[in-house]
Amino acid sequence: MSVITSASGTEWEIVSGLEVHCELATATKIFCSCANQFGEEPNTNVCPVCLGLPGSLPVLNEKAVEYALRVGEAFHFTVPAQSVFHRKNYFYPDMPKNFQTTQYDEPICEHGWLEVDGVRLGITRAHLEEDTGKSMHMGGAGGRIHGASHSLIDYNRAGVPLLEIVSEPDIRSSEQAAAYVDELRSTLKAIGVSDVKMEEGSLRVDANVSVRRIGDTGFGTRCEIKNLNSLKSLRDAMDHEAARQIEILEDGGEIRQETRLWNENEGHTASMRSKEEAYDYRYFPEPDLVPVQPTDELRAHVRATMPELPAARRTRLMAELSISEQDARTLLSTDGLADFAEAAVVLGAPPRDAALWTTQDVSAHLNVLGGGATVEGLDPGLLVETLQLVSDGLVSRNQGKEVFAAALAGEGRPAQIVADRGLAQVSDSGALGAVVDEVFAANSAAVQEWRDGDDKVRKKKRGFLMGEAMKALKGQGNPQLLNQLIDERLAD
Amino acid sequence: MNSSAFDIAADVRAGRVSARDVVEQHLATIADREADVHAFNLVMADVARRQADAVDGDVAAGHDPGPLAGVPLALKDNLCTRGVDTTCSSRILQGWKPPYDATVVTRLRDAGAVAIGKTNLDEFAMGSSTENSAFGATRNPRDLSRVPGGSSGGSAAAVAAGFAPLALGSDTGGSIRQPAALCGVVGMKPTYGTVSRYGLIAFASSLDQIGPFATNVRDAALLLETMWGHDPLDSTSIASPLPTLVQGLDDGVRGLRVGIVEELTDVEGIDPEVRAAVSSAARALEDAGASVDRVSVPSTMYGLDAYYLIAPAEASSNLARYDGVRYGLREEGTDIGTMNANTRDRGFGAEVKRRIMLGTYALSAGYYDAYYGQAQRVRTLIVRDFAAAYERFDVLLSPTSPTIAFEAGSKTADPLAMYLSDVCTIPTNLAGHCAISVPFGSDSVHNMPIGVQILGRELADALIFRVARALEVNRGA
Amino acid sequence: MTSSPARLTRSDVEHVAKLARLALSDAEITEFTEQLAVILEHAALVSALDTSDIPPTSHPLPLVNVLRADVVKPSVGRDELLTSAPDAESGRFRVPRILGEAP
Ligand SMILES: [Mg+2]
Ligand SMILES: [Zn+2]
Repeated sequence: MSVITSASGTEWEIVSGLEVHCELATATKIFCSCANQFGEEPNTNVCPVCLGLPGSLPVLNEKAVEYALRVGEAFHFTVPAQSVFHRKNYFYPDMPKNFQTTQYDEPICEHGWLEVDGVRLGITRAHLEEDTGKSMHMGGAGGRIHGASHSLIDYNRAGVPLLEIVSEPDIRSSEQAAAYVDELRSTLKAIGVSDVKMEEGSLRVDANVSVRRIGDTGFGTRCEIKNLNSLKSLRDAMDHEAARQIEILEDGGEIRQETRLWNENEGHTASMRSKEEAYDYRYFPEPDLVPVQPTDELRAHVRATMPELPAARRTRLMAELSISEQDARTLLSTDGLADFAEAAVVLGAPPRDAALWTTQDVSAHLNVLGGGATVEGLDPGLLVETLQLVSDGLVSRNQGKEVFAAALAGEGRPAQIVADRGLAQVSDSGALGAVVDEVFAANSAAVQEWRDGDDKVRKKKRGFLMGEAMKALKGQGNPQLLNQLIDERLAD
Repeated sequence: MNSSAFDIAADVRAGRVSARDVVEQHLATIADREADVHAFNLVMADVARRQADAVDGDVAAGHDPGPLAGVPLALKDNLCTRGVDTTCSSRILQGWKPPYDATVVTRLRDAGAVAIGKTNLDEFAMGSSTENSAFGATRNPRDLSRVPGGSSGGSAAAVAAGFAPLALGSDTGGSIRQPAALCGVVGMKPTYGTVSRYGLIAFASSLDQIGPFATNVRDAALLLETMWGHDPLDSTSIASPLPTLVQGLDDGVRGLRVGIVEELTDVEGIDPEVRAAVSSAARALEDAGASVDRVSVPSTMYGLDAYYLIAPAEASSNLARYDGVRYGLREEGTDIGTMNANTRDRGFGAEVKRRIMLGTYALSAGYYDAYYGQAQRVRTLIVRDFAAAYERFDVLLSPTSPTIAFEAGSKTADPLAMYLSDVCTIPTNLAGHCAISVPFGSDSVHNMPIGVQILGRELADALIFRVARALEVNRGA
Repeated sequence: MTSSPARLTRSDVEHVAKLARLALSDAEITEFTEQLAVILEHAALVSALDTSDIPPTSHPLPLVNVLRADVVKPSVGRDELLTSAPDAESGRFRVPRILGEAP
């Protein structure tokens, strides 16, 4: 819901644009040959270039350019003939040169969009830049910068390639913002340019938030919220910030344009810096680098190697597997799940069954194994064989689930598991007929009550007779066949 | 020690002279006069001896140590040398030992050259007299009361004093050519992008270029030829193959068209004897078969002003990294910002601070277009005007410096007057072209050397060497 | 850009010193205000030129697309880098307290 009703009953909406910083999953950093790797010993992936030593010079990583172009392709960006790096000058100790090399008025991607729930959201630009190092704040409370006595800096992250993706102010609710980031994430992941782990900081989101009364078309004064480490904190921070702004405006106050930090523990935003303190970055063209002019060959290569994007695949899965959007999303939410289902279909499984069994039973299997378990190595043939046993009437659907779980756990092929566990259901109509005869003979009162009863009674009695027959068969009777035989006897 | 680098290398390679003896002779000369001249921040005596011994070992083993076998080489102290102090003549880098070698240092060592010391400079190459050094001024070996020019004054003085037959400098606005002229040696700024800047501590990245000093044109050509060429570590390095320089050096100037640049020769405050030297150089070239005419390159008169916006702007950013966090000097402060500001205040000298301030201002909000942006557009005009001149002329001629070496201390209080000594050399850097200063006569009053400058378009390096060689041969009395 | 900016003031110099992280003394600010004003007045020559249809040249070479293969090379050892540091602790560069988040 994009309408926020305030305590006074006035209706408001959020107007928001997001800045997403995405670390590109290249092997090396953007301007030097140090490994781009998370979680190493501090200051081990550093060299003269990324430590900004005197005399060192940057050389651009070709993979970073290629990845930016993949993003350009995925989100329908225009790729200008030329992009140029600038220096953004400001002092901060996690930045080795005290300037950030970043693209400014000539970015590599312009004017893109993505679609969320049928709404097209504009993306202003995507530009390449270098990441900073990381500070540890010491001597204060809980590692916070405020109150710390000193800080320790690790430059392993300095120079990691970032793509900054800046949206238009098209977002109208915190849910839409979260959906935008979710779509961005799944697409970035699918095209192989980033591991998009918000908790490790490889995807970082800043939200520009303003509010306006429903019906207004202008933009209010906005605040930029930083430090959003999950989709939940994005939603919470935006809702909280909108409420804060609405309260100020309804009290006749004015919003001060400023940068605010989301405090996850205390659940509020706090002012970090006002616009008056905004820095004068003194951008100018980076003289140590030359312009990038993506060649036709490179752009063709990127186009030729683009995988199917999540949005398109979702639509296709819904159609081909006859499943809901939610099921399609579930299939795509875990790496390899959709591939598993599709492979099963190729091997002959009925599409809808393949999809639903995968979302339920493969997911359950992974959950049992816990963190780190992946679809990789699981054989879709197991599902195909299980579904065949079910459709052949050799096992019931429920038995099939048991068999499939055991097969995924590595107990053997489904047919073997059925044999080992003595699960094969009785599908011989002669044998089943004999059992039904015995049940009818032993329960003639119930049969009579069925004959005399109304629909309600008939349903109950029929169910009783079915239950007795199944009990006699120790649950291994083919239910369809059994139902058919009971109905025939009753009709006699 | 007056042997040329060429002769030394030939003798060492042939085993006629040992590299160790060559080094010892030069160390002796240094011991004799360095206290007066102060060309060096650091004399690398032991390193040089070890390196010379290695060269001799190669010769003894029958391996060719390379075209600069055993030739002592002085390195401007803004070139990174692994494990050896590299200071830029600044307190802020005092004691810093780079963990890597500049590309040119590696290449020249691989060619057999023996690095003998790190030479003094104006702090971070900002200056024209080598008086802006945190470690004391360098003096002109020809007259110790005078400056050697700058910023590569230590390298020029080292060659002029016979401390080393070869030296490296860096030239951002004339910092090789002007001191070469003032000390009476050859100094050359190659085309931008021909010599790797990797390991050259940046002053103004779009203008900086490493180049050679030598006592004669052929040695300078040999030194450049040995070190230039593509380096994948420098994005602004030209990838295409470069011509040879030594071969063809004596092909003469017959048929060449030489233009005397009016705006750089009739500059305000030019010493009449300097102007006369340019005229006689022109006559010498005519005598050797070239045709000479005057040419106007109008926008070069704005070069100085454009340069003093562009170079400080780039410098203000390049020098932001000296903040007391990762290397070099730290002056304590209660918080990071105070520590940074105290470190920079104490670590930088007045000229460096002045240029950081100027450059920061030229880039700041509201002034970018009027200053930095405008200077970049003037740069375009200069490139266009040069292109027009080079349609009519093969090379251009001008003074290197408007004056002979001036008295030490005479311009330190007036930055603008100091800046004016680069007026003839700056346009070449803005255009990315090449130029060489070659000694041509001396002034009659003080008997101080005068240098004339030969300018060439981009990649005309071999051509200007050839013209410089013709002037050297026809220098007369 | 044909009009040259107003003469540099003392407060301009103080602002620039802050941007450039230079702790200048009062005397230095006075001196720089005078010297920079003179230099900038000289530079006004340049500001006054009509260059409205002239593109800027930020680089002397027309090079484009200088790129590096995405292949890891060994980095410099941490000890060598940390020995150059004015202050270090547990493998990290140590600095005095930081007063605010990065801009
Ligand atoms: Mg950015
Ligand atoms: Zn690195």
